[in-house]
Amino acid sequence: MNNVVIVGATSAMAEAVAQRYAEDKANLFLLARNQEKLDIIRQDLLVRGANSVHQASFSANEIESQPQCVDQIFDTLGTVDVFLIAYGSLPDQDLCQKDVNKAVEEINTNGVSVVSLLTLVANKMETQATGNITVITSVAGDRGRQSNYVYGAAKGMVSTFLQGLAQRMHKSNIHVLDIKPGFVDTPMTAEFKKSALWAQPEQVAKLIYNRINKKSNFSYAPSFWFAIMSIIKSVPKFIFNKVSL
Amino acid sequence: MDKLTSWGQYPYVHADVKTPSKEELPVLEFKSYIPRGLGRSYGDSALASAVVTSKKLKHFIAFDKDKGLLTCDAGVSLDEILRIFVPQGWFLQVTPGTKFVSVGGAIASDVHGKNHHIDGCFSEFVQSITLVINNQEVQCSREVNSELFYATCGGMGLTGMIVNATIQLRKVKSAYIKQKTIKTNNLKDTLAVFEEHQSSTYSVAWIDCLSDGAEFGRSLVMLGEHAEQGSLEVHQSGKLTIPCNLPSQLLNKYSIQSFNFLYYHRIRNRETNDFLHYDPFFYPLDGINNWNRMYGKNGFTQYQFVIPKEAGYEGLSEILKAIVSSKQGSFLAVLKIFGKENNSPLSFPMEGFTLALDFKISDSLFPFLNKLDDIVKKYKGRLYLAKDARMSESTFKTGYPRWEQFQKVRDNYGTLESYNSLQSKRIGL
Repeated sequence: MNNVVIVGATSAMAEAVAQRYAEDKANLFLLARNQEKLDIIRQDLLVRGANSVHQASFSANEIESQPQCVDQIFDTLGTVDVFLIAYGSLPDQDLCQKDVNKAVEEINTNGVSVVSLLTLVANKMETQATGNITVITSVAGDRGRQSNYVYGAAKGMVSTFLQGLAQRMHKSNIHVLDIKPGFVDTPMTAEFKKSALWAQPEQVAKLIYNRINKKSNFSYAPSFWFAIMSIIKSVPKFIFNKVSL
Repeated sequence: MDKLTSWGQYPYVHADVKTPSKEELPVLEFKSYIPRGLGRSYGDSALASAVVTSKKLKHFIAFDKDKGLLTCDAGVSLDEILRIFVPQGWFLQVTPGTKFVSVGGAIASDVHGKNHHIDGCFSEFVQSITLVINNQEVQCSREVNSELFYATCGGMGLTGMIVNATIQLRKVKSAYIKQKTIKTNNLKDTLAVFEEHQSSTYSVAWIDCLSDGAEFGRSLVMLGEHAEQGSLEVHQSGKLTIPCNLPSQLLNKYSIQSFNFLYYHRIRNRETNDFLHYDPFFYPLDGINNWNRMYGKNGFTQYQFVIPKEAGYEGLSEILKAIVSSKQGSFLAVLKIFGKENNSPLSFPMEGFTLALDFKISDSLFPFLNKLDDIVKKYKGRLYLAKDARMSESTFKTGYPRWEQFQKVRDNYGTLESYNSLQSKRIGL
């Protein structure tokens, strides 16, 4: 795994994954909106042993600039061994309900822009006939819930897209991995009260790193979310609609 | 409000704990707080009603491969430094008995290791420090703001929040240590062995505090040198975890006596030579996660004092005798010879003998420790702030005569009101 691309590299989980590849002396290409934060992370990864660290600006809402951005990545690295998409935003559900523009914007950020990027990357990777594409989605995409169904719908869109993509790319020897974290203690969730179900970003990063290495297809991170989501998915609608989740 | 404690699980406080990122740090709204690293100090030095942790200050900033100079955030742990740098042939110049401390914490406590008699404290290898003082960044080193630099090393976080530092690493060829263990018969013998091996890079003794009579002060003296051969493999993470507080009755006079007996008689010969990894040599207790829970839910305290060289055998044996006769046994009793005192007014080590003992908290403990304090004071010694949860203001001020100089620096930089801990208030800082 020599050449690793991470989009949304300033997220806590992405950074922890990047550290693991840096220790493997990988060439890293990091993309994010905030270049100052990225500067700090690039220096850190170089000290940790990364062979090289490239960085570029990326904003989820500028879909038109994606083709150029993807070209730049593949031109710089040659081949890409791991392409990790880790960005996202956690919207305020209330706001999305009141303001249709907000709802559409969140679907675009967490859903449409990822689908767009994946389409471009998949076509490049297909010609390489080797490598991995990993996307961090969410358990929220498994079933819509009143507390965050706009976010859930966008993540669910990406997960469904990845199911098909994984099948298509299998023929070209590309491993497509959908990672669905449960609750993770990151800046994105700083406002939440934490319980025993919460995982640390380093813990999830280790799972991602290991699953990429083993070409695993298992999505839930940590794994116990498989059990929780199996139950949540199997609750009949006439009961589900009456509970507050 | 969170319920917060440190390694000794005594005392507990209700604290407003904030974990800011680098950008958030200068705009904190606390009027007064205490900085906190990984919470490995034993007592109340990182406890206050308002606490700011360095958990999010965890980036490496730069490494000079030729000189071995590392610049990193204050929240980076020694564990992390070893994990990244041992494979590249670098080790810490000075390390305490656990690797789960932050760089900021190591500086603030001016920690020492088994090589103090040769190399001094952690701060001897700190080149520069960046602090945030009252929302302003301030740099200090031996050349720039030197008063602040010396006060910050060993300053227990009372001079501001350390945000990053540049430290010197040690070039090593191997991750292994050549260890020599010498079994001594009594305290005189132990001190003679230290004397004889003063050129050893690392030296420490484990004293059996419960043996009396002719065997009073019998010890295992452990000496070490970095090996020339062996791989540069890094340590593994701890395999054992103590999942909850154990019943405190588990550690009693009989269990401790048997442990001490077995530990001492495990070594059969006068001299044993081993070749072992740095992890068991420097960090024997790091292999058991949360070993502090062994002492039960009431917690424990570590009593670590130093008495000057002149106090010698007489002073050391007077304190040891008091401990032996009290039967308030300690699980671990570690003896070490310190080299010279440094420029930092609150740095603990001074040329002489230091002994560290764990005591589980009980009703009779504090009156007993007050008696030990009196003996330490008599010999012009002092107690280690990073371990302390109970010393009096007068014990502190007699032991650290440079405390006024420390306060003057704090006054000059405006930190008297804005950085305080339970400990600093108790001891009159």
